[in-house]
Amino acid sequence: MTGIAQISETKMPLEVRSLVKRFGDLVAVNDVSLTVRAGECLGLLGPNGAGKSTVIRSIVGRVVPNSGSATVFGATADSTEARMALGWVPQELAIYPRISCSENLGAFGRYYGLKGRALKDAIGWCLKWAALEDRQDEVAKSLSGGMKRRLNMAAGMMHRPKVMLFDEPTVGVDPQSRNRIFEMIEALRDEGMAIIYTTHYMEEAERLCDRIAIIDHGRVIASGTKDELVRESFGSCSQVLARFKGEHAAIEAWAARHDGRVTDSTAEFTVEQATEIARLLDDAAKAGLELEDVSLRKPNLESVFLHLTGRELRD
Amino acid sequence: MILHVAKTALTALRRDRGALVLSFVLPLAFFSIFAVIFGGQHDSTPKVNLIVVDEDRSEASQDLVKALKSEKSLVVKTKPAAEKKNAPAPADYTAETAEVAVKAGDAPVALIIPQGFGQHPIAFGPEGGGSELQLLNDQSDSIAPQIVVGLLQKAAMTAMPASMADEGMKYADKYVGFTPEQRKKVDADLQALRDEEARGRTSSASGASEAGDSNAGIVAVKTRAVVGQDKKSPMISFYAAAIGVMFLLFTASGSAGALLDEAESGTLERVLSTRVTMTKLLAGKLVFNTLLAFVQLVAMFLWGWAVFHLDFFSHLPGFVVMGLCTAFAVAAFGMLLASACHTRAQLGALSTLLILIMSSVGGSMFPRFLMPEAMQNAGLLTINAWAIDGFTKVFWRDLPVSALWPQVAVLLAIGVVLFVVARRVARRWEVA
Repeated sequence: MTGIAQISETKMPLEVRSLVKRFGDLVAVNDVSLTVRAGECLGLLGPNGAGKSTVIRSIVGRVVPNSGSATVFGATADSTEARMALGWVPQELAIYPRISCSENLGAFGRYYGLKGRALKDAIGWCLKWAALEDRQDEVAKSLSGGMKRRLNMAAGMMHRPKVMLFDEPTVGVDPQSRNRIFEMIEALRDEGMAIIYTTHYMEEAERLCDRIAIIDHGRVIASGTKDELVRESFGSCSQVLARFKGEHAAIEAWAARHDGRVTDSTAEFTVEQATEIARLLDDAAKAGLELEDVSLRKPNLESVFLHLTGRELRD
Repeated sequence: MILHVAKTALTALRRDRGALVLSFVLPLAFFSIFAVIFGGQHDSTPKVNLIVVDEDRSEASQDLVKALKSEKSLVVKTKPAAEKKNAPAPADYTAETAEVAVKAGDAPVALIIPQGFGQHPIAFGPEGGGSELQLLNDQSDSIAPQIVVGLLQKAAMTAMPASMADEGMKYADKYVGFTPEQRKKVDADLQALRDEEARGRTSSASGASEAGDSNAGIVAVKTRAVVGQDKKSPMISFYAAAIGVMFLLFTASGSAGALLDEAESGTLERVLSTRVTMTKLLAGKLVFNTLLAFVQLVAMFLWGWAVFHLDFFSHLPGFVVMGLCTAFAVAAFGMLLASACHTRAQLGALSTLLILIMSSVGGSMFPRFLMPEAMQNAGLLTINAWAIDGFTKVFWRDLPVSALWPQVAVLLAIGVVLFVVARRVARRWEVA
């Protein structure tokens, strides 16, 4: 593709170093450093307002950081080379609602400098990738929510970038369409694309991302593979979830004795061995608590986030 | 319950600044504009530019010119304005150059006082036998010649009493007959009147300027249209331009508002992350809005041709030049408004306010020559006035494209300045 020939593919596809962005007194991004390799999907996992989108917008040159840098194959983020190597799917439906799918793709293709045969081929490829071939002449605003999202993604793919940034691409999408979007992203990763995927859905990060950076209040508070993150927070422990009938104060007092925490009548504990469950339940019975349900599970990213921040991921 | 509904509506109105502006500021602005135009405030009634050519150079003709010059409602010009400050004074108008000047729109009326006027200046009735004054007029201004004719009659009465009495006595002598004594007495009285007229000419002329009667028939006037005399539908081209520009302004603002939609949806930010820069983006939209406005003008004039017999195709070159320049200025105006506003509602309110004011002051709602001089000058700050003047030159005065340079230069300059300011204001969208 045009422009990409000028960048050095031996360099890291995407590298963010010590990025800081302030809006007045608010530090939206605080010393964030990231790298993404070819064929890798890095998840930026964090609640709404954590600073994920600001990191993405800094990479695409839409936000000027106060300090730090973002480079794409060694080229600064606001250079033409970087723009041609980068694709961005914003959280909003950033498409033209009154023109058709293929016209939308044509418009964005031309904005990237495509024309003639290359433009036509790119439109065809994107329509196929987004499974919109049979809707290519339909105006964007009449598409279903999932189709609009797929068109939104396809518009960012017209110049076949090497690095792709997906900013919460499944917002407001039904489960079936979401699955289709996952397949599209997995196909790109399998082709060797470097991807950043932001989400506040733990399940999405777990399914799609090779590595995950957990971001909160503008800082990356942990990063690694899912297993690494869980291991760092919980070691080899498992989690016990126990739901009781009874007074909330009594449940909390019992949970506190065993270093657990209570959320919506459900007490949560970390245990090294499954045998510890019997001891916990025995103590609960002595405290007069009536057990409704108990389960044992491996800690997940939600648990890691809760462990690191003391808050739910979706708070 | 009714009060709750009313209270909710009031709360919504208070939050909607655009609606508030339209509800209160716009009516006040319009009231003021109309009051100034038609209320005759501060003695600012419109003055009529009148070119006077005195071919007679007699005492009577000079008295008449002097009396016309003292009229507050007239601006009498006997020679063109000097092109440069230190340039030698240009020659007086002749009948030919006066006609050219009226055709060019320098003045709506020219008065030719023919040779021999002084011998028989007064004409009692249609067959009075007095010398005939010639009035050359531009039909686009139907009011100016009427004002001039009225003031001419008044000036004749006040500036030439001796001539009028002399002519009256001749009638009396012809139809009644004087004795030699009576004739001697009449001659003595007329001489005394002439002496009196010579002594107090100026005071009698200026002192009567407030009278409203035209006293038609004292001097014979023949009016001849030199512009628009062969037009099938005299005012169609004026209204096509006047109304066209006003609606072009509305369309351009609405169309430029797409920028706000794109900013709100995130499309603008996405486009700016591609190879498209803000300057290129705005320039692209300016090109589109210019072409859209031009096509609108074409449609309007074609409609005028098809339905109202507007002579469109023989004025095509001038139309294309004026149409493109007007469309460019109007499109840049829309771009600036869209760049300056934060929401569609703001844009709607601001554009309605500005466009209606510009259209009323700039001559889209009523001809500028009806307005007080200050208002006419204020109109020159609007796109409407320059566009209408240019189209009038093309369709009304049949002037060549080269004569459009002032309008073309001003409209292009307006467009460039507005676009540069719009680009500067649009920096807020570039990066955070």
